[in-house]
Amino acid sequence: MLWSDFDRLGRFVDPWREFERMSRDLSRMGRSSAHDFPLVNVWASADKAVITTEVAGMDPRDIDISVADEMLTLKGKRQGSDLQEDETYHRRERWGGQFSKNIVLPFRVESSRVDAKYQKGVLTISVQRAEADKPRKISISSE
Amino acid sequence: MANDNLDARKKEAVTTERDERTRERRVYQPAVDIIEGRVQTTIIADVPGVDESSVDITLEKNILEIYAKVDPDIPQDMQLAVYEYGIGDYHRRFTLSDEIDRERIQATVKNGVLKLLLPKAEKAKTQKIEVKAGA
Repeated sequence: MLWSDFDRLGRFVDPWREFERMSRDLSRMGRSSAHDFPLVNVWASADKAVITTEVAGMDPRDIDISVADEMLTLKGKRQGSDLQEDETYHRRERWGGQFSKNIVLPFRVESSRVDAKYQKGVLTISVQRAEADKPRKISISSE
Repeated sequence: MANDNLDARKKEAVTTERDERTRERRVYQPAVDIIEGRVQTTIIADVPGVDESSVDITLEKNILEIYAKVDPDIPQDMQLAVYEYGIGDYHRRFTLSDEIDRERIQATVKNGVLKLLLPKAEKAKTQKIEVKAGA
């Protein structure tokens, strides 16, 4: 993959367009996976990965993240609204209850270096590629 | 899995000819709960990626409209490796009953959840009309 800030026409890359383009490419390859709740996007470079998921209205204490080798497990729960005695649901579309999901990462990660933040209902997890998993650089000796 | 019949996929909002979009962006229809009570109606919408500064709520006649803009952090110099959800703005429209007290509508956003409190207007007091005996 070539990392270039300019597209073929020499314009500066709009991250939105870039996102749309990459998502189209993955969909075409049939790699947009099963839709298990919560939905995740995974971004990766050679030595790190970022996992994002949209889980609005959670208490960060109710989010449980664990990693083992190349498997990331997300668990969490969200309570429904407390209704007053005279209140009833007229419409109920939002999720509620517990979830658990395994995500396979592009490489094994350093379990001690996982960083997570929860902002505006979006959970962002950053992981680092395990040292042992990194490709070994092979030096070329000249005669 | 959370709810049994819950579809985890995001729904794209339906565009009608009335709303011509000026932002080149996907628009999703947020999942909502509507709770009906004696004194108020509560609308709760999941709008991850949104905070109080990026929501527009308009009320025209009895149409309440929510438009929430999302400006996500798209990681730089990284490739998308797994794609399960799209990112975009949120839009949804509700028709309110006339009973709502428009002046006292309250809206809050916390952790990507928009909560709208729509207090019901006090019903016009029934006027008693005296019937006089005919002269």
